[in-house]
Amino acid sequence: MTAFLLAVPVLLPALSAGVTLLGLPRSVVRTLSIVVLTGVLADAAALFVRADAHGPQALNVGDWSAPLGITLVADRLSALLLTVSALVALAVLLFAVGEGAAERLQGPPRVFHPAYLLLVTGVSLAFLTGDLFNLFVAFEVMLAASYVLITLDADEGRTRSGMTYVIAGLTSSLLFITLVALVYAATGTVTLAQLGPRLAELPDGLRGALALLLLVVLGVKAAIVPLHLWLPDSYPTAPAPITAVFAALLTKVAVYALLRTQTLLFPRTGVWTLLACAAIAAMVVGILGALAQDDINRLLSFTLVSHIGFMLFGLALFDARGLSGTILYVVHHIAVQAALFLTAALVVRRAGTAALRHMARWPPPGAWAAALFALPALSLAGVPPFSGFVAKLALLRAGTAQGGPAAYALAGTALLTSLLTLYAMTRVWTSAFMKQQSDPSHGETDPPKPSPPASPWPREHRRRTGRGTGLMTAAAAGVTATGLVIAACAGPLSMVSERAAHDLLDPQAYRSVVLGEEDH
Amino acid sequence: MNSALGTTANTLDVTMALAVGALFAVGFYLMMQRSLMRIVLGFVLLGHGTNLLLLVAGGTPGPPPVVEGKTPHPEVADPLPQAMALTSIVITFGLTAFLTALAYRSWRLSRHDEVRDDVEDRRIGTAQERAETADDTGRIPGDAAARAEGRQ
Repeated sequence: MTAFLLAVPVLLPALSAGVTLLGLPRSVVRTLSIVVLTGVLADAAALFVRADAHGPQALNVGDWSAPLGITLVADRLSALLLTVSALVALAVLLFAVGEGAAERLQGPPRVFHPAYLLLVTGVSLAFLTGDLFNLFVAFEVMLAASYVLITLDADEGRTRSGMTYVIAGLTSSLLFITLVALVYAATGTVTLAQLGPRLAELPDGLRGALALLLLVVLGVKAAIVPLHLWLPDSYPTAPAPITAVFAALLTKVAVYALLRTQTLLFPRTGVWTLLACAAIAAMVVGILGALAQDDINRLLSFTLVSHIGFMLFGLALFDARGLSGTILYVVHHIAVQAALFLTAALVVRRAGTAALRHMARWPPPGAWAAALFALPALSLAGVPPFSGFVAKLALLRAGTAQGGPAAYALAGTALLTSLLTLYAMTRVWTSAFMKQQSDPSHGETDPPKPSPPASPWPREHRRRTGRGTGLMTAAAAGVTATGLVIAACAGPLSMVSERAAHDLLDPQAYRSVVLGEEDH
Repeated sequence: MNSALGTTANTLDVTMALAVGALFAVGFYLMMQRSLMRIVLGFVLLGHGTNLLLLVAGGTPGPPPVVEGKTPHPEVADPLPQAMALTSIVITFGLTAFLTALAYRSWRLSRHDEVRDDVEDRRIGTAQERAETADDTGRIPGDAAARAEGRQ
């Protein structure tokens, strides 16, 4: 049963990706994708219940035991994140299907469904893998699919930004293989469970160099601040659902990998000053970048960079409270960031532009869109009682409990960043959702307001609100509702993330499950 | 299997080390160029460098570890990094193909091989450039109303 549960999230989407390439009718492919992702979601939930009740679950693929074979492991952290990711992936797929129906797409993208399913395969494998090399393979599967998605049907501008994305991804991947090779040469194993003790025996310099290389590799993938430059340049250009799923999942997978490897491979006591500095820089640089933007998608991409800093906050503290705060934050951020990008896509569809100052000239969209945007936006800024507040409170309490200059600096920056996030969200709100007063000082520089159409929307705008929009709105509402459920379940969820954080800090159970009882 | 059991006594082959170092240096140098074709070539060389490094990580060469029911030779080659190198070769090969196709599409669309500055860089350029790029961003392709608006 465990073997089945562990294999499904990886094998099912991979196999169905192959099936969707066979040239089946479009409706069959759509249905298959939706059914498969629903299956993965149900499976991930079952896996989470099992891992929470009985501790880590492991599967040796092909019956090759741990140091030699491929091991899939699910503990509380990975199963929890897998569940939330599968849920968001499913919602975004529904949104994309709705968008496809609304656009009445004639030509291909037949490639969309296989690539999307492979993306989910990669994400699942990254969460479940038990060795470093397989983690690399998982990232490659995920990124290769994302390369295809981001350059799907691209024009010149999107090809250019897609190129930036692909080359940044490839460079970090090559560094990842280099890291795997060096780690293997130094320790003779790539199994995460075995690496901890083996790395501890290495000389300090070598161990430090490997740790730094790992931080750089995952730092590029997670867009940690000095290494974030590719993200705001490439994400906003992709089609809306693709941006949403990238922003929700890809960087979070890298943050998960960072959590897993740092706690298992390079355990430490006390504050990790280097990461604390990176977290502070990420929060400040990201949010200042967001304030400078006029394009709604770029603005949201910069807030993503900024809020990666919150996730590093907890990891930099490196104690149970900090890690539990980070886990809560990752869970909350997956749902909230996806909801924001999806709602932004709805707004951009109606306004016909992503530039905030052009948007202000159209009549504001309806109350539903405003509500769908307001809830995740307030949550992102950390306004009570939403999920962001719960996660930020956990982090701040962890910071003040730890004490020390680094922890207080982190907490202060986090508060400031939350305030600035609220400001950035207010800017979007006033441009996109408020009725604009005509401002005489801007009257001369701005082009004249288009003559009011007979219906509230010009013809091409009305066309866009046809079939499929209902599904898109429902999908966006679903993700927003997920954020609300996270807030409502804050109590149990905090307990789960505390247990997961304790598992991370005391990986004995993880090791014995992976290596078998006799191996220490 | 020696190193899989953690009893490595690796002696580093200087030739291999130099080859890996040279491939890394040339690869990274080429990747930092402006021409897309050079970036692709840089990626290829860097990929070779990393795959070679994986092989070097396996330690000293030896007879193949596949034996027909006999007790394995004590100094067989470590099969694990070879398997990893194979996987990694497949991955770099596939991605090279994709990258070449992407570079070709970029050339078809823009008719030149140069990587242009990104939008952000141009935004902090002159006011003239800023005005141009501001109108470039944030439109849905094919939206006539917004395009007409952008031109004004």
